[in-house]
Amino acid sequence: MSARQILLFGGIALAILGMSYGLWYAVFAEHQALDGIGHSLASGFQAAAERNSAARESSLLAYRQAKYTYDRQVDVHGHWIGLAMLLIVLAIAFDHVAFSEKLKQLLAWALLLGAALFPLGVLMQTWSHGALPRAIAILGPALVIAALTGIVVGFMRRQAA
Amino acid sequence: MPGERKSYTAGPLDASAPAEETAFARLSARRLLTLAGIGMILAGMIFGDIFAVFVLHQNAARVGTSLSSAAQSAAAGDAAAVGSHFKDTGAFLENRGTKVDTHVHLIAFGYLALMLALAQPWVKLSEAARRRLAWLLVCGAALLPVGVFLIHYVGLAYSPLEAIGWASIFADLGGLMVLVATVGYLAGIVQHFRTRQPLLPDQLLGDRSTPARWLLAGGLILILAGFIHGAYYAGVDLYRHEAADYTILSQMSAAAAAQNQAQINQSLVDYGQLQGDKAVKIAAHAHIIEFGLLAMLLAFFQPYVQLSEIWKRRWAMVLLCGSLLLPVCVLMEMKFGLLAGGIADLGGLFVILALLAMWIGILRYTGSLDAMPSGVQR
Repeated sequence: MSARQILLFGGIALAILGMSYGLWYAVFAEHQALDGIGHSLASGFQAAAERNSAARESSLLAYRQAKYTYDRQVDVHGHWIGLAMLLIVLAIAFDHVAFSEKLKQLLAWALLLGAALFPLGVLMQTWSHGALPRAIAILGPALVIAALTGIVVGFMRRQAA
Repeated sequence: MPGERKSYTAGPLDASAPAEETAFARLSARRLLTLAGIGMILAGMIFGDIFAVFVLHQNAARVGTSLSSAAQSAAAGDAAAVGSHFKDTGAFLENRGTKVDTHVHLIAFGYLALMLALAQPWVKLSEAARRRLAWLLVCGAALLPVGVFLIHYVGLAYSPLEAIGWASIFADLGGLMVLVATVGYLAGIVQHFRTRQPLLPDQLLGDRSTPARWLLAGGLILILAGFIHGAYYAGVDLYRHEAADYTILSQMSAAAAAQNQAQINQSLVDYGQLQGDKAVKIAAHAHIIEFGLLAMLLAFFQPYVQLSEIWKRRWAMVLLCGSLLLPVCVLMEMKFGLLAGGIADLGGLFVILALLAMWIGILRYTGSLDAMPSGVQR
């Protein structure tokens, strides 16, 4: 598989994954998540009005958890599609990168892996607060930034040539 | 030197590929996706500017006021009033959220349309099938943002469902249409590579003109800067912001229960500062990457921009300057207030003007193409 094919197929597949996830989320999860955030926050302040400290604390903790999950679920949708678009554009521009095909393939795989892993790690954080999801969410952007830096260097070499 | 050409044409119209493969003919999939894509991005940006100037800050003030009222009601021991104020807050947040979503989706679908326009030579489907998919994508891409925009106004009126209104249903239908069109194009691309046909040279992908190189290099650097800023934000600010959000609301509610007015006021100020800090950092990250992507995409369409070379360079530079100015000034808004905000808006205006100019250039190209007698190639 050429570097261009890796980016093009990977990009469109990621875009489809991100859109499917977004569609599922909009239909089955978003409204419930927003209701949960609003309800728990309102309950916290209503408990404060009733001077019920325990209920206030538990409602605000529920708010914190619901907000944490909601922010990440929205980020996953946005980042998967955003990174997918970047992959497709770079696939089209890959002729401008002055490296050997082998190195270009390595950069393409690193970029695709980073683009797939980063939102996945963020999504996994909504299931577990352990170290693994966070490690994946850090590894993903690190791969994307490293690969992008390589592509910029390859592009500059072409410009200089 | 090709970059020094003074010609007003975009180069030979007989691109190396056969007409049915890459032509920019009337009603072709590529032309539809290109013009609709740039149109959607322009509409999304103008909508975003109008939203930023006339809705965003006023809405944030209303959210702050209703949160303050809820805290005061809690301090007064009026639980029913608290519920009512939070209902108002929810409505203001929904108003803001749906408008942000309209802005973001219009622009994102515009990018997708432009990318698919570029990928047309790789789609092994008949021109009629590609055109149908293009129409499906454009209709879905228009339906979703319009549906999302209407969610706040239509609500659950006449809805057959408990939590989702008609506007949401149509928005989801729009999303499904875009998804189906994208899957269709992917199937065409897979088919192309399965048949192992060599890729015919494409006029758009072969352009090495100066404005195209500026846009490509500038766009790539903007995207890299955006990623580094995003990584910094995730490492330094994200968890701090999340913890502060909970802590401030907890302090506010505790102060309300203790009827501590000074603490309520302090918490409200802190909460407003926190929301502002979060908003500018996320907006700067999102905009610098989006503008970088836009610059890279537009680099490929330069052969279709029928303007003189010097003006193509000027507009490329205007677009890149605006793309840098907006996110940088948005970041400075917390420190320099309205001055930075005004300059950021100016940056946004630069991007819109440059994009509009390039769109007009492409329209001129289509006009001159259509005016030619059939069979004649320039």
